[in-house]
Amino acid sequence: MTDTTVQQLANDVRRGDRRALARALTLIERGGAPVRSLRRALAGYGVGSLVGITGAPGAGKSSLTTVIAQELRQRGMQVGIIAVDPSSPLSGGSLLGDRIRMYDLAGDSGVFIRSMANRGQYGGIAATTLDAAMLMRAAGFGMVLLETVGAGQSDVAVVDVADTVLLVEAPGMGDEVQSIKAGLLEVADVIVVSKSDRADAAATLQQLRALVRMQMDADDAWAVPVLPVSALRQTGVAALVDALINHAQWLQTHPATWRQQRRQLLSLQRALEAQLRDAVQQLPGWTSALAQLGQRDSDVLARQLLEEFVVSGFTKE
Amino acid sequence: MSDAPIRVLVAKPGLDGHDRGAKVIARALRDAGMDVIYTGIGQTPHMIVEAALQEDVEVVGLSILSGAHMTLLPKVAIQLREAGLGHCVIVAGGIIPAEDSALLMNQHGIDAIYGPGTNTDEIVAFIRATVATRRAAS
Repeated sequence: MTDTTVQQLANDVRRGDRRALARALTLIERGGAPVRSLRRALAGYGVGSLVGITGAPGAGKSSLTTVIAQELRQRGMQVGIIAVDPSSPLSGGSLLGDRIRMYDLAGDSGVFIRSMANRGQYGGIAATTLDAAMLMRAAGFGMVLLETVGAGQSDVAVVDVADTVLLVEAPGMGDEVQSIKAGLLEVADVIVVSKSDRADAAATLQQLRALVRMQMDADDAWAVPVLPVSALRQTGVAALVDALINHAQWLQTHPATWRQQRRQLLSLQRALEAQLRDAVQQLPGWTSALAQLGQRDSDVLARQLLEEFVVSGFTKE
Repeated sequence: MSDAPIRVLVAKPGLDGHDRGAKVIARALRDAGMDVIYTGIGQTPHMIVEAALQEDVEVVGLSILSGAHMTLLPKVAIQLREAGLGHCVIVAGGIIPAEDSALLMNQHGIDAIYGPGTNTDEIVAFIRATVATRRAAS
């Protein structure tokens, strides 16, 4: 694909052409040179904020994403949704089923849902979703919701690209220590206790509010709200959307808190890892390293590859 | 580009809730290394075409056991073309009589139809070969 065709595609995306957006998203997923051309063509366009939605499997992320999108639609906003699901570690394929729970959004031309497989890469998907969100913003979406794989560390990798991190906690998922261990509380800007129609939701809400008060820093002026939402009864949704919009506005006047700086650093580290890995896998030595897997220590093999990489000299594209 | 994973939409148009077949196919295609977007039951042709457009799939798989295949399948095929998605391979499965199958494939733009008991390897092979041809042509 030439630079001119990518430029044309970028223009079509900015005009809000949905087919062009879909095709551009595919280019982003496939990676390579067109991604950089798209980035250049679209840098600085679009204003919407990117909300990363994360939480344990079964916490209710897809249902919550759906009701947030419905509320935003009622307020006259266009919504982009990126739904990330895991790839099969064995076949590399994926079964992306978030659309089942987003049934109520199907056919609405003010909503654009894109399913993505995480390809098993912890860092790579973060860069891909950030680029995908850039496209959706350029296409004019007022808010982009990024729903992540509900599993531990890879989740943090995905949400560290978001402007606002929304953590979803289901009631009764264990004691409060579980939440601290998961490491997600630290990066959350807004916390939702989902399924708040359940009897045990009040206790979870109290525990989380106490935890959040405990970890508030003096220089961190954003007070993390902990909000009860029932996607089933459709209660608490308006307050949640208000909080998301408030946070986006708050960011305008508070550009760099420690939270964001840490997130940006993580993002840089992951981009570095991904690019280094891609570069090393282009080396002639990569195939022979693969052939020696299991016979030699992986630390030794990695060291050899790094040496080969340095000697080969880094070629600019 | 030619080795990028094949993106497939698997949907159940119409009102029947028999989704076992669709799920078996979705899983088989995933195990064959494809990215499968599964929409579930109760899909209108409009919803299917919207999803195919947003997901930029190369293959649309439709499972139908309600008997409404002569109405719904041509509608999906027409609306896909109208949305600029004429390049999509359309594969259908379900309880579809042989004479209807022939009509759907010869006159209504359905590329392949598979009945109960079809070996999933056969479907995987057909999708791989057809997508490879269309990618080479584009």
